[in-house]
Amino acid sequence: MFVGAVFFPLLGACISGFLNRWIGVKAAMWSTVICMVLAAICGSLSFWQVAMGGQPATVTLFTWMDVGELEFAWSLRYDTLSAIMVGMVTFISTLIHLYSIGYMSHDATPPRFFAYLSLFTFMMLMLVTADNLVQLFFGWEGVGLASYLLIGYWYDRESANAAAMKAFIVNRVGDVFFMLGMALTFLTFGSLDFDTIFAAASSKVDVTFMGIPSLELIGLLFFGGACGKSAQLGLHTWLPDAMEGPTPVSALIHAATMVTAGVFLMCRMSPIMEYAPFALSVVTVVGASTALFAATIGCVQNDIKRVIAYSTCSQLGYMFFAAGVGLYQAAMFHLFTHAFFKALLFLGAGSVIHAMSDEQDIRKMGGIWKKIPVTYVVMWIGSLALAGIPIFAGFYSKDAILEGAFGAHSAVGMYAFICGILAAFLTAFYSWRLLILTFHGAPRADKHTMDHVHESPAVMLIPLILLACGAVLTGMIFAPYFIGDEYVRFWNGAIFNLPSKHMMEAMHHVPEWVPTLVLTVAVSGIVLAIILYGFFPKVPGRIAAAVPGLYRFLLNKWYFDELYNAIFVQPAKRLARQLWQVGDTRIIDGMPNGAASLAAGTARGVVRLQTGRVANYAFAMIIGLVVFVTLFLMGR
Amino acid sequence: MNAAGFPILSLVTFLPLVGVLIIMMVRGDEAVVASNARWTALWTSLVTFLLSLILWAQFDKTTADYQFVEQVSWLPDFGIGYIMGVDGISVLFVLLSTLLTPLCILASWTSVQNRVREYMIAFLILETMMVGMFCALDFMLFYIFFEAVLIPMFLIIGIWGGPRRVYASYKFFLYTLLGSVLMLLAIIALWFQAGTTSIPELSEFDIPFNMQVWMFLAFFASFAVKVPMWPVHTWLPDAHVEAPTAGSVILAGVLLKMGAYGFLRFSIPLLPEASAYFAPFIYVLSIVAVVYTSLVALAQQDMKKLIAYSSVAHMGIVTLGIFTFNQQGIEGALFTMLSHGVVSGALFLCVGVVYDRLHTREIARYGGVAKVMPGYAMVFMLFTMASIALPGTAGFPGEFLVILGAWAVNPWIALGAATGMVLGACYMLTLYRGVAFGKITKDDVRALLDMEAREYAIFAPLIVLALWMGIYPQSFLSFFSVTVAQMVQQHQAAIGAASRLAGL
Repeated sequence: MFVGAVFFPLLGACISGFLNRWIGVKAAMWSTVICMVLAAICGSLSFWQVAMGGQPATVTLFTWMDVGELEFAWSLRYDTLSAIMVGMVTFISTLIHLYSIGYMSHDATPPRFFAYLSLFTFMMLMLVTADNLVQLFFGWEGVGLASYLLIGYWYDRESANAAAMKAFIVNRVGDVFFMLGMALTFLTFGSLDFDTIFAAASSKVDVTFMGIPSLELIGLLFFGGACGKSAQLGLHTWLPDAMEGPTPVSALIHAATMVTAGVFLMCRMSPIMEYAPFALSVVTVVGASTALFAATIGCVQNDIKRVIAYSTCSQLGYMFFAAGVGLYQAAMFHLFTHAFFKALLFLGAGSVIHAMSDEQDIRKMGGIWKKIPVTYVVMWIGSLALAGIPIFAGFYSKDAILEGAFGAHSAVGMYAFICGILAAFLTAFYSWRLLILTFHGAPRADKHTMDHVHESPAVMLIPLILLACGAVLTGMIFAPYFIGDEYVRFWNGAIFNLPSKHMMEAMHHVPEWVPTLVLTVAVSGIVLAIILYGFFPKVPGRIAAAVPGLYRFLLNKWYFDELYNAIFVQPAKRLARQLWQVGDTRIIDGMPNGAASLAAGTARGVVRLQTGRVANYAFAMIIGLVVFVTLFLMGR
Repeated sequence: MNAAGFPILSLVTFLPLVGVLIIMMVRGDEAVVASNARWTALWTSLVTFLLSLILWAQFDKTTADYQFVEQVSWLPDFGIGYIMGVDGISVLFVLLSTLLTPLCILASWTSVQNRVREYMIAFLILETMMVGMFCALDFMLFYIFFEAVLIPMFLIIGIWGGPRRVYASYKFFLYTLLGSVLMLLAIIALWFQAGTTSIPELSEFDIPFNMQVWMFLAFFASFAVKVPMWPVHTWLPDAHVEAPTAGSVILAGVLLKMGAYGFLRFSIPLLPEASAYFAPFIYVLSIVAVVYTSLVALAQQDMKKLIAYSSVAHMGIVTLGIFTFNQQGIEGALFTMLSHGVVSGALFLCVGVVYDRLHTREIARYGGVAKVMPGYAMVFMLFTMASIALPGTAGFPGEFLVILGAWAVNPWIALGAATGMVLGACYMLTLYRGVAFGKITKDDVRALLDMEAREYAIFAPLIVLALWMGIYPQSFLSFFSVTVAQMVQQHQAAIGAASRLAGL
């Protein structure tokens, strides 16, 4: 069961990837779906047994490396933390495989797509069930590879290729920190196994490295890695571009699972992070800033997928600052609920795009809600959950995070709280901006497109409906376990909270006005968006025209891409050319080539002496004789 | 006599020469000679490979001693003997050489059409010299093999190479020879001191520090060129670009390892104090190599040149790992050497596959190959990922261990090595994107055929190795762990003794 949950997707990927020529396209596609269903069954059973039943387990497969004191194995670690992820990933991935059968039906090479998708799922499962940092890194890089392949899936589009490369390289920048974090962990603990590290964490508090407490530095380095994968401020630039991939990919990888790997890492490393207060403050500040920053951009984007992408970026910020104030449980809970409603929103957006003949610009939509009612309803549910309206899933987790940030009673906690509240307002605003522009108002698409608007087939709608159920129910059902009364038994030690911090209690003891405020901003964001876009559709344009500088600044995503292009990409290219043409060709090669041509030149000069005329030789001989005799006589 | 019961190392070394004799005896018209030469060379190298597998099976991983030792006195008056033997460091390189040779012969099956007989002879002689070099336990013998490798390689580049082959082959020859002359001087000096050139005996011998410094520099001159380290690397791109595909494979796969092997076999055990003294210098050169050549690779428009520069960058990781003097660093360096042999060899073969079809190495001439050659695209992707050290592929364990080892010495060095991770991804993905992705705009690209069975057969063992080394590297690491552990321990003891003396 434990092994099956992880390896069935790999089996599916291999069947679809290598055998599609023999078994045919249909069989290849469905074989991955069947493998995923099997994995989901195993995954759910594991979740039941490990998290609900409280029976963690570790399956060791075989040794990976054994070098000196360094030793680690391939193994599957099932504790509550990984069981949650396994259950969630296999479930959502199965739905998205199913959805893709409909969505990719017109594609030229669907088996390749399904192979990548299953490969991704396998890598993600390896990541979450890792028992040591290196295996986690294997999954970490593996999902990066799968994401690269899937973003660049339509490889005849230049923009897709560029986006895929950007995603991989930006992620690699984060991975450098991860790698160095592993190196320092090994130097500090002499091991990379979680059990060994976690057991020794409290005894290493005083260890310093180059004058800095080692644990702080480890925390910061891992956070650097997490920033890359989870698109936090500074390393976020790849995520919006990643929307070049097919929409199911955006739903699975760039919303529900892969991008949350950074949050998962922070939670997994909680026994170390808890002893690194400075690193946690950094996590809080960066997370809170990202939450707000991404939300501001989300308000002005016009591509339906990009709006949701920035919303993902923003929600990841929430998870990070939750972890930063020490509420790993709430971070994981938000990760869990977010996976459902964000996958739902993306797949809903995919359904809209499908209906609109591959149009993604919300300025060219509108007036389609009657034609695609199911999509419309599920998009509402997803947005309600995202905005954190009561009874929907997002309400429970977002509320907990904001209350926790307030309850932390620290400066960074307060900063996070303020950013979080502002972002919550903006989240509600851009979600309803999206809903209204997409579905309501006068149709802005051409007639031909409008005539073709149709509801998606059942194979796409069933996953949507199931995810919608998840977006409604998961909060209600799981809140007591993740963050409520049952939490100690549920987590079963998988997450470590410093006993002196009492964050789990502080969260529940905040003034009455805090939850009220959270709800108020969300509702007012919705109302504002409905008024502006629903009733006075000319006003937003006028506002944008009134503050053109701000509008352009937001529209161009705070100019991060331009900045990076100017300070990293272009100089690197210039330097590369300089080093090659001047450094290598002119200087390093110049010396031996110069020496060679000097030797050749000298030789040519000497050659000229050999004229072949006897008179010249005789003359030279006589001169030589004279010189020799003179010297001989003078020397005597 | 030894674990195999017969002189296996000499047999593996000199068996290819038997193939040479057979090829030379063949007479007839050109086509018959060519086909005979091909088949003879293939079978000879395959038999050699199978024979060398005995080493894999019989090697005792629990001891750091030399194994399968053969000893014949050769010039007893001078203390020079014919001694062959392998330990954990060299045994896998013998196997790498014997594995790559048949693959190279297969890769040249159709692409080499003129002077096939001479070509195959050159390759078989090359194999003898490479294997001999890794097995030699006498310094003089080592030197002879080490230098003799140059001759067939010089011919392969100079005769069967591209348009600028003469320039490239001279450059290659002169660069490497110049360094070797200094090494010869050092060997003679060593012989004057110790009276022997047997490596096991020499390693017992204490060399005064002053002399160590001079000898280290002399060895360095030779090995650094072979590695190649920055700034004496410029012969490599030229040699690679002009060499035929199989020549590039051997050059990248085995010849580049000779320098690093020299450092491990001679510099560190014989000259421990000088090695420690010069280590910071090596770190700087290695980091410069990683960053500088990665950047240069980014600017290349020629596929082979790009991979050649990436080789220099990987070799920077190797030299860095060797001079960390700790178990992780050295094992990482050894593993990187092996994996680089497999992966860069395979990458050159990948270039060869499309070069054979379109006869150009310019990246911009391709684009969209994935559409017409899906099998090729998959193979190429695997090796691209292995080259950028994705975990689970052959490139990862080595780079990971070196960074771990380097961090223990100095975190900034580790950071420098780790920037190679980012830059490596940049240039390899640029290459892959340029060749495999994009829209097909050229008719000759649209007409390309996917790989044939012969080509799959060449890649199959390399694919298996690239994954095996990534997923279960232990079966390779276990070969050298004992030897390296002993080496690290001896190095520390030597340094400790030296510093105690200095304290007095």
